Amino acid sequence: MSTADRLPRLLALVPYLMSHPGAQVPEVAKIFGLTEKQLIDDLQLVWMCGLPGHTPGDLIDVSWDGGEIVIDNADTIARPLRLGVDEASALLVALRMLSEMPEFGERDALSRVIAKFEQAAGEGAATVSSQVAVEVDGAALDALPVVNEALRRARRLSLRYYVPGRDEITPREVDPMRLVVVDGRSYLSGWCYRAEAVRLFRLDRMLSVEVLDVAAAPPEDAVPDEVTPGVFRPSPTDELVELELTPAGRWVAEYYPCESVEELGEGRLRVALRARDQGWLLRLALRLGDTGRVVSPSSLAGAVREAAAAALSRYESVA
Amino acid sequence: MSRRKTERLLNLVICLLATRRPLTAEHIRQAVPGYDSANDEAFQRMFERDKNELREIGIPIEVQKDPWEEDPGYRIVRQAYELPEITLEPDEAAVVGLAARVWQRASLAEAASGALLKLRAGGVETDETGGMLGGALELRVDTQDPAFPALWEAVRDRRPVRFPYRVAAGESVLTRTVEPWGVVSRRGKWYVVGYDRDREAPRAFRLSRISGPVVPAGRPGTVTVPEGVDFKAMVAPRDEGPVQRRTAVIRVREGSCQGLRQVAGAVRPAGEGWDELEVAFADPERLAGWVAGFAADAVVVGPPDARDAVIRRLKGVLA
Repeated sequence: MSTADRLPRLLALVPYLMSHPGAQVPEVAKIFGLTEKQLIDDLQLVWMCGLPGHTPGDLIDVSWDGGEIVIDNADTIARPLRLGVDEASALLVALRMLSEMPEFGERDALSRVIAKFEQAAGEGAATVSSQVAVEVDGAALDALPVVNEALRRARRLSLRYYVPGRDEITPREVDPMRLVVVDGRSYLSGWCYRAEAVRLFRLDRMLSVEVLDVAAAPPEDAVPDEVTPGVFRPSPTDELVELELTPAGRWVAEYYPCESVEELGEGRLRVALRARDQGWLLRLALRLGDTGRVVSPSSLAGAVREAAAAALSRYESVA
Repeated sequence: MSRRKTERLLNLVICLLATRRPLTAEHIRQAVPGYDSANDEAFQRMFERDKNELREIGIPIEVQKDPWEEDPGYRIVRQAYELPEITLEPDEAAVVGLAARVWQRASLAEAASGALLKLRAGGVETDETGGMLGGALELRVDTQDPAFPALWEAVRDRRPVRFPYRVAAGESVLTRTVEPWGVVSRRGKWYVVGYDRDREAPRAFRLSRISGPVVPAGRPGTVTVPEGVDFKAMVAPRDEGPVQRRTAVIRVREGSCQGLRQVAGAVRPAGEGWDELEVAFADPERLAGWVAGFAADAVVVGPPDARDAVIRRLKGVLA
């Protein structure tokens, strides 16, 4: 850890020890993200400091006999430093985002907390935090109360779910585990009986959802799905696809996680991405029209041309 | 920062907090170990640097200059330094725990955990399990865009910035000078909104299109956010306003095009294994992109501009 962080840490550590007399070395080390050795080193440093004069009576007294930390004679820095603008703002922005969540159950607690922090943080942070906003997607509003109810009552859900990648609507029974909101978009993480695995479901893709009168019972070892990095998570075994995009097709690089993005000049790009689904890639290439071209694999490029030709022949016959 | 320096700074903080009357630099030199060995010039430099470092971590050092004194006096006013007394009810603690996790993987993660640490040090117990929400809800914001930290600082410091920006069509990169009013996340994309000095109008910029470093273009404190400005409205796409919606007639193969069927206002059998859908649309190009993806399974019958848009796309694939 860089020593630039050390002083702020010591100024939090001393008050922590004052307000938690008898705290244990391992526990404190964990809270401060230190090894036990680093913590002892911090304690030794603190023990060297104190009021001007620096006679034994002026110095901070710390002991950690038997792993139990006792601190004394540190009244001058017994309270932590007030929250910095970034610190208070980070919390306030997150709290305001929570208050945007429709159906958030702790609304009352939330407004009390926001008021307390605004007061504690001072004007700067209150202002900055109102200038940073995370909009919560309104498209999922219909499903949200139902999903919340199922989570609250630990009940199984029955849903009809649309998968755009496969243009498929499937009925699913899901034991809900967690509601995950990433960048304002809501997902349900739960045990899917169709996939027999933990799956993520975007709430705005639930065409219908209802709570069943069955207790949710996900397998004990099931862990809620990680939504990082990015919800679009192809596996490394999926084939790498290279596309060349004109300026009008650059949006692809902004919307989908690409493994590489190379500028070709004049605003053109070459991108490489992996997708779980060939059908999705085909649809993307058709949608791009003349603003994107599949470079490789050639099998996909061929399939795209074939599909376009077949579609065009429909227009000749229906005209 | 060396251990000796950390020690000196901690002693300096204690010394300045403990004193009732402001202390001159010379007085501090005598009182704080670590300054005593330096010669006059070296001490001046050290003391200047130390004051700056303390201010950087948010420690308010008051400078008092009395007309009858030759040298200014320094002290830290306890009230300005200390975290005010905060108490949280259990439900409030749960909400704070939830909020602190929002930035987990984003650029404000450190600020959020720093805030939490100070609160705990002050004896405020936060509930990191999310309490009654019982781990069933997780909110997260990802700030992958490299421009985010610089823009957050610019908004915080009310400072104009300049950055290279790729225009929507992507062909050219222009330099933009902006007085930033706020940063907004909408559907997973971050925007900075503010006054565009080049176009002399309020504008929103997508962070993913900022193609280089964000640099200051003015002094801190020189940006004024207009009263009542609505950041979210500034990033709302234009097609959310009142637009003229028309109806397209689309033939789709039976059992295919689930996505299109979901938004269709009417579905009727058209014979020979086809259904006819009525789909409302505003922008023929957007509709064409979607329909083209279904290849030979979907054919736009009309209106002619939508039909032509699909044909153009498909021909574009073959071009």
